[in-house]
Order: sequence, then structure tokens, then C-alpha cells
Amino acid sequence: MATVDDPYKGYRNSGLETLKKFDVRVWDRVKVLSESGTFEGVLLPRNEMADTFHIVLKLDTGYNVGVRAERISAIENTGRSEGHYKVPEKEFPYDPEKHNVVLLGTGGTIASRLDYTTGAVIPAFSPGELFGAVPELADICNLQTHKVFGIFSEDMGPAQYIPLAQRIYKEINDGAEGIIIGHGTDTMHHTAAILTFMVQNPPVPIILVGSQRSSDRPSSDAARNLINAAMAATGPIAEIMVCMFGPTSDKYGLLHRGTRVRKMHSSYRSAFRTIGDIPLATVDRENGVKPLRRDFNPRGGSGKEFKLVPTFNEKVTILYYYPNMQENLIRAIVGAGYEGIVIAGTGLGHINRPLYNVIRWATGQGVHIYMTVQTLWGFVQMFVYDNGRYLMDCGIVPLANMLPEVAYMKLSWVLGQTNDREEVKKIMLTPINGEITERERPDGYLVFQGGLPEVEQFMRDYLL
Amino acid sequence: MNLWDTNEIDYAGLGFRCGIEIHQQLDTHQKLFCHCPVGLVEGPANARLFRHMRPTLSEMGEYDGTALMEKKTRKEIIYEILNDRVCTYEMDDTPPFLINQQAVDIGIKLALLFQCKIVDEAHISRKQYLDGSIPTGFQRTTVLGTDGWMPYKDRRITIRQINVEEDACREVSDVGHRIVFRTDRLSTPLVEVITAPDMRNPIEAGEVTKLLAETNRISGLVRRGIGAARQDVNVSITGGDRVEIKGVEKIGLIPGLTHFEALRQKSLLELRDELCNRDISLDNFAYNISDATRHLLKTPEFVGHWAVDQGGVIGAICIRGFGGLIGWYVFPERTFADELGGRVRVIACLDKTPNLAHRLNRAALGIPEREWESIGKGLNANTNDALIVTWGPQRDVVTALEEIAARCREAISGVPQETRQVLSNGRYTDFERILPGPDRMYPDTDHPPIPIEMKRVSNARASIPEFPWERRRKLSEAGLSQQLVSQLIVHPRFEIFQKMVEISGDIRWAARLVAETIKHLQRRGFETANLTDKRLLDLAESYREKEFYREGTLDILKVICKRNRKVSEAIDEIIFKITDEEAELIFEDLSDTANLPADPFKQKRYLMGQVMRKYRGAIPGKRLWDKVSAMTSRKDKATSEPRE
Repeated sequence: MATVDDPYKGYRNSGLETLKKFDVRVWDRVKVLSESGTFEGVLLPRNEMADTFHIVLKLDTGYNVGVRAERISAIENTGRSEGHYKVPEKEFPYDPEKHNVVLLGTGGTIASRLDYTTGAVIPAFSPGELFGAVPELADICNLQTHKVFGIFSEDMGPAQYIPLAQRIYKEINDGAEGIIIGHGTDTMHHTAAILTFMVQNPPVPIILVGSQRSSDRPSSDAARNLINAAMAATGPIAEIMVCMFGPTSDKYGLLHRGTRVRKMHSSYRSAFRTIGDIPLATVDRENGVKPLRRDFNPRGGSGKEFKLVPTFNEKVTILYYYPNMQENLIRAIVGAGYEGIVIAGTGLGHINRPLYNVIRWATGQGVHIYMTVQTLWGFVQMFVYDNGRYLMDCGIVPLANMLPEVAYMKLSWVLGQTNDREEVKKIMLTPINGEITERERPDGYLVFQGGLPEVEQFMRDYLL
Repeated sequence: MNLWDTNEIDYAGLGFRCGIEIHQQLDTHQKLFCHCPVGLVEGPANARLFRHMRPTLSEMGEYDGTALMEKKTRKEIIYEILNDRVCTYEMDDTPPFLINQQAVDIGIKLALLFQCKIVDEAHISRKQYLDGSIPTGFQRTTVLGTDGWMPYKDRRITIRQINVEEDACREVSDVGHRIVFRTDRLSTPLVEVITAPDMRNPIEAGEVTKLLAETNRISGLVRRGIGAARQDVNVSITGGDRVEIKGVEKIGLIPGLTHFEALRQKSLLELRDELCNRDISLDNFAYNISDATRHLLKTPEFVGHWAVDQGGVIGAICIRGFGGLIGWYVFPERTFADELGGRVRVIACLDKTPNLAHRLNRAALGIPEREWESIGKGLNANTNDALIVTWGPQRDVVTALEEIAARCREAISGVPQETRQVLSNGRYTDFERILPGPDRMYPDTDHPPIPIEMKRVSNARASIPEFPWERRRKLSEAGLSQQLVSQLIVHPRFEIFQKMVEISGDIRWAARLVAETIKHLQRRGFETANLTDKRLLDLAESYREKEFYREGTLDILKVICKRNRKVSEAIDEIIFKITDEEAELIFEDLSDTANLPADPFKQKRYLMGQVMRKYRGAIPGKRLWDKVSAMTSRKDKATSEPRE
């Protein structure tokens, strides 16, 4: 991170005027005389989202306070105390016995160091910095790091997916024996899905990892997730996987197949769940990767060609159906040039009758329309009711148990390659890696209901 | 010199300084950063959570390779989850919700009671705690007031800061590497009042703490009862350093604790001087360690032998030049060995005591002379050196030996900055952790700053009660005893008391009733909840109207409690209706003097008993007494006269 060069960082209007009036800048040690009292401390930058009426000081006790600018009668400059924007670095050791793992950063902080003067979080990213932050990594692998982007996960899109896929492909061809992708958690499962389609049959593990609690906190899941990811990247399963906490306790991570995983809670450490199936494996430092099933692609490849297919068509959307949806909505989407629509329908894959004609019209216009279920669990089954059969007749293609976000990614990816109706349909319905499963295991749907005696007993017996 | 006597110590000469941090729970409905109800619950936990705390980088500074995993304590933390008291916030699985505004308002009022300046904009900070007592690893806290004061003797005690913050978990157990916390108390709003180190001796420390607690309680906005208030007491002497005695629940312990802490620091400084005389410095400080397991394999009488049986080791360390100093007294009954033992207990998690053997206790612990010498020989120890032995799981013993060396090294500089816990005798303390500094504070990025409008402050100012010292002065001037005053000024029904005084015009009557009689009834199992505010005011009115007299108060209250009666009903029920004229005649009834005792004083008591049984509260006691006195003196005269 760069040094702070803006002497009035974040200050505007009356706050800014006050600082200029008394000739002080952020990081100055100051004594502020105000109607609210006398405060001594370091002048901190102001959060740009905060109001413009206060200046912020870090008192010697470590506490911060805001002082209303208009109540300040004098500010005395007593020195300077600049933040230390440097993560301590140590050379990451190399051990020829260990796998060579490449960590690709897309943004956010996997590991970080906190600047106590400012509270700023300084990302640790170079191998040396990471070694300083999470030294256990050196026991697991040899590590190289590359910062590919520096963006929030919600800002990810095809402009990132394609170069990321290309980079992974290149690193593996150059000898990487495991890939870790540091990623914000919000859209981690979207990226996992698209990478599954773009980078097919990888001979080595490709692990997406992030943290639900930022790494500047003592209770963060970041270091443990990173350690688990390193274990997974050196492990036996060569697929694109998401590696995040199993339980919210510090116990083990889960390796989720990239096409079946979804973030199911806005904040729990254990937010990521495999939907309609079970995870591939558990992973932790002590026990390594322990597969929960046998049908994974092993390290070294499954005999199928390792290939890169970096295509994407942005004219695809997800339509989340709700009762009384109006037909002009679909007309508008088609009118805006969209070529593909993934519908998240109700129940077994339904939408209301007034939309049937416009669907027929849209498919006639060449738009590819696919049906998934907003229940997330379970299959689209359009043969059960007449409505479903009629919808298929209108040109909607049911997508079995493919998750809506995964279907969106896949359709975007397919329409980047071809527009041929049958060809698109064939690729969509042929699973690349588990996005459609032949059967749903009985334990693929487990959402426990709190309050029930047997569930409460389970909670008492096992760590959350 | 008698070390037990605070009067014999020259605290000014020692440079005694003491500051107090008082923490008191606020009486809010909900917790500080979520909407969970406040309150403790007993019974089994609904679920458990397992976590670790990982030091964030800058706190640890440098560390290498796998060392981190082996580094120091490495506690496994278990949180007991209570479904009715905690949500995903306390579990650190959800960011904070916006701060409890009721708590902020209470904080502002308390800050005003301590005459603080209120900050314009409150910022939430994170105060790091790695002991696991808070699942996030930090406590969310915010300063609301600064720069206040409180009168004490002829001077002012500076109130540096008033903070509102979240309470930590309750510790259930701490054995070996596993610590268990209960989460019900977690995140309860607290106020923290921090004084400057203005207290000059232990007695002052106790008195000022009492005043601080009084001021908190006078507000009527804080929780009371066991655990609702805890004090951290900071003590230093000249040449020593700040030591924090943590979590003192009983204010009465503070004078003793601060006294002995001052003495501890004094003796550690004397130890420092002794080390200096021996030419031991930070530069030439030296020690060596060895595995002494083989020397003690065949001594089953050794108390640490369990370690070997369980696959652990016995470690030995030789500290050069420390010969004879391990038994250096730091409290009247504790030695430098206890300082070492505390570190080993906490940091190496060797909590089965005794956890150390040294020259003075080795025989008692079952290490024979011959084995002791061979351990010493193995380390090339001579009589100038100190030899210490410790035992347990190998990894912990390694940590323990390093910790012993580190603590001995600190002795060269004098007094280490520590947080200390109170031992069960309430006088001495033991190591709890290294004292954290301001570096552990950093801003909470999850919560926006809270502007505090001037209007909000002026509203708060309008609603705070009078200052406790003013209240005390007024009540004392009204002639109430100091004990009554102290009970009253923090009494939750102080306002009712004031109204009762206004109505009845009898402050002593109202004071005893509110501060003593109700408590007395409650202790004896009466349903005092029936004594509602309205009934107390009615009672004051009836009292003013002389519907009963003072002596009848207790009986009326008992009836109200027992039978849930209105005041007028209770009076009708038990106060004898009698006119003044009739009252004059009552003694005519006492013609039966058959059982009258001979002794004149007993006679009076007997007669008084007779009339009070019937007329208690109906006729003023004094009037009855005067009558009885007059009567018995008449009788005295009568009996002294010769019989006819």
C-alpha cells in the first residue's frame, strides 16, 4: 500500500477548513482546544462516508474521538506520528520435497497486518509477508504469489474471469502443483462455477479461499482457511473447489465442488454449503484432506484433456420469478438484446400462465431460456404438471438440479462459444463437473430446524 | 515494622500512586451491540463453540517458522452458548448492530455526574483481549466523556475518561490448555470510569472507589448485585511500574490489595538492587536448561513424578548468579518463586501446583539431596546460581523454562508491568497476564461514528440527579447518621424517600423506614413487593394526619405485606381507635396489678408492655411512657408509705 500523500485525507467542508486554518495535517500530533474539552492525540484521516463536521483524533489512551470543527478554538501542532505501512517480511523458505503452490490474489486481504496508529489494515500478500503472517504455510508448501487484480468480489466479472482462467492455465502448464485463489467471499461461488467451465480437467487442485472475519482480528478465520487451502492445494483432489469453514468452530474446512457450492449466510464462518449433494472432503492441518466421497478427479488428471475455454457472453441474465410477473419485463429483456435467460422458477420449475406467450415469442426470437428452481434444492421436473409440459413446448429447457447462479455462468460461457440452439442445449445439459447430478443423495438436503428436541440434542453434542 | 499494618507504612515516601477503573453494568433491556436480552442464566448450555485466538501480526512482532504454533499459551477456547441470551453477534458470526442508544444515554448521564466533558462524536474502538474472554478477540468500547472530576477530602480526583463498552464472558473453568467461557454475560453494556492515579495511600484507594460506586449507583441507571460492578486497581511506587489488579469485586479488599502490592513492588526493587550489587545486568544475564527426567525416574515420592508417568518430562534451569534469591520475599508470605510459578501456571499452562521445585522446597516435594545435586551438576550450577525444576508435558515444560528465564531477567529491571488476579485470601495477587498498552486499541471498522448532538447532552443534563456529595451534605445536615446517609443516597427509592419527607415532615421516620425497616421485613420473609410507591406515600400522609404514631409503623407495614392491604385498611385493622380523652383514661383499666414486678424499672416495662400491646401506634409512645413513669412514681411513693 502506498504511503499517505493526501495531507487532508477524507476531510471536506468545515473539517477541511479547520485543518487548513490551523495549519495541521493528518498524522500530526495535535492539541485541540474546543468547547467540548482539550484533546491531545494524533490527527487521523476521516472516513469519506462520515459527515464533514468533525475531525478525528487518536488519544494517547488509544481511543478515538471526533471533535466538532465549529467548536474548535485552536489546534496546536506538537509533532508528527506517521503510520507504518510495512508488513514485516521474511524470506519464504524453499523445500524441494514440498509441492510448489501459486497463490493468485484477486483482492481483499487473506492475511494482513494492522497499523495501530491508524487502524488501517495493510494486506500481507508477498510470500515473505504471508510467511510473516501465517508461518505455518512454510510447513505445507513452497509458495509463489501473484496479485492478479485488487477488487472487491462483487466487482468481479468476465473482465476478470477470463484473465484469471488464462493465468491459472499458464501457471499449471509452467509447473504449479497447486493453485490457491484469494477471493472475496460474496461471489466466490460464481467464480468457482465459471472457472470450472473455463479451466477443464485440471491436473492439480485449484482452491478458492477467503475469510468471513477479516484477518486483522484475533478470531479471524483467515489464517486457518489459508492453511486449509494450502493443505488442499497440495492434496489429492484436482478440481476447482471452494475451501471454507465446515462448522463455525475452529475445527476443519470443507472442500466444496465449484459447481455445487453456495454462500448461504451473510456472515457465519460456515456460510458456504454444498447444495443438493455432499462436499468433496474435509481438510485441516492435522489430518490433511479427508475425502468424503470417491468420485473426485485425482491429482494428475482423470485422463481427459486439460483445456482452457475462456469464453463469455455478457448478454445473459437470471430472472427470479415472483407471482404476477408481467410479460413486458421479458419483452424488455429481449429488447435490450439479451440472448440468454436463466429463470429461477417456483417449485418444480414454474412461472405463471400469462408469461407463456411471451416465452414462446422470446425463444422464437432466438433467445435461449433455461429453467432452474429457486428452492435451490431439488430438480426441475417439468413433466409432472401440464404447465411444465406447456412451458417446454414454448421453448424453455429444464436444467435438472443446476443451481441458478451456476446455470447463469454456464449459459454465459456457452453463448460465448456458439449460438446454435441444439449445440447450446447439448453443452448445457452435459455436466462438466457436477453442475448436474444424476441423482440427489438423501443427505444432500439437510437444513436442520432449530427448536426440535432432537436437533437441540445434536447441538449440545457437537460443536457448532 | 509490621507489614500488616497500613498505618506503619510511609506511602508518600514510597511514592505510592493508585488509580481506579470501575466497571458497572448498565440497567438496559438489551445488550450493547445486538438485541439480546441482558441477564445470566443457569443450567446446561444449548451448544458449544470451539475457537482459538491468533495474535495479529504486529503484537507478536517477529516470529519464525513453525514457532507460532508452539508459541506460548495456545489455549483452546470453548464457549457455552445459551440460546436465550446470545445471537450470532456474540458468537462473532455477525457484525455489530448499531449501538444501544439507551446505553449511550446512560453513559452520557454518568459522564455528566462525573462532571466530564462529553465528546462531540463517539467512535467505537476495539480493545484486544487474547485470553478468549470475548469471542471476537477484542472488546468494543467507546469514550463518551473526558476530563471530569469528583471532590474528595480537600481536593479533586480527576476522572480521565468515561467509556461505555461490552462486558466479557464469564469464565467457567481454565484447566491446562482448555478454557471454558459462558456467553450469557457477554456484551452486556458496561460503564467504565477511569480515574487518574490520584490516590496516595490504600485507605484513599478504598474510599475513592466507594465514592465512584456511589456516584454510579445514585444515577439509578446501573445494575446492582453480585458481579454487576468490578474494579481494576492500578498501583505503582517510585521506581516500580504500573501493575493492574484485575476484577476486584469487593471494594473492602482494595486497601489491603494496594498495600501489599506496594510492598511487593518495594521488595522487587530491593531484589533489583541486590542483583545490581551482584553485577548481574541485562547484558550478562545467563542461564542454561536441561532435561532432568532421568535424574528423577526412580524417585516416585517426587510430587512431579506424574509428569513422567504420563509421558512428560522434568526440566531444570540454572539461573546464573541468582543463588539464594528464589526465596526472596515479595509479600509477607510469598516469595519470588511464586512470581515464577504464576508465569509458569498461566503461560505454560502448568496449573497443577506446586509447579516448581527449588532449593527451599525441593525436600518437601520429594527430591532427595543426591538427585538435586546431580541435576545441578548436569547444569554446572554452583552455590551462586539458582536451580529450578519444573515438570509436565514436554512442550509446556520448554515454555515454562523459557518463561522462568524471562521473569528472572525482568527482575534485573525491577517491576514488570502485569495484570494480576486476586488470590482467595483477598490480600495477595498472582500473575494473570502481561499488561497490555494503548497499542492494543484500534478503530472498529464495523460501526460508524456516533455524533452526539448538544441537545442530547442538555436533555441528559436536565435529567441527572443531584451530585452524591451534595446529597450527602444535605442529609447529614438534617441530622441523619452517617450509616443511614450512606444507605440512602444510593437507595433505588431515594425519590420516594424524598417525597415521604416532604409529606410527613419527619425525615428520621422516613429514612429509617426506607433504608432499614423495609430491608428488615424483607429479610424476615415479608412480601415487601406489596409496599408500593403509592402505599408508602399514603402511609406518609396518614402519618402526617396522625392516623397512627411512629411506633405503629412496623405493624402497619407487616399487615400491608402479609395481606396486601391498602394503607387505610391496614390502619383500620390494627390501630386502636381512641380519642384523646379516652387515652387519658386507659390506665384506669390497669387496676390488676397482681403480676406487677417489684423492681420499679421492670414495673414500668411491664406496664408499658401492657398498654403498647393494645395502643401501639394509636397513642404516641412518649406520651404512654410519660404516663407510665408518672404512674409508677406515684405507686413508688405509695408503696414506700407505711401500710395502714
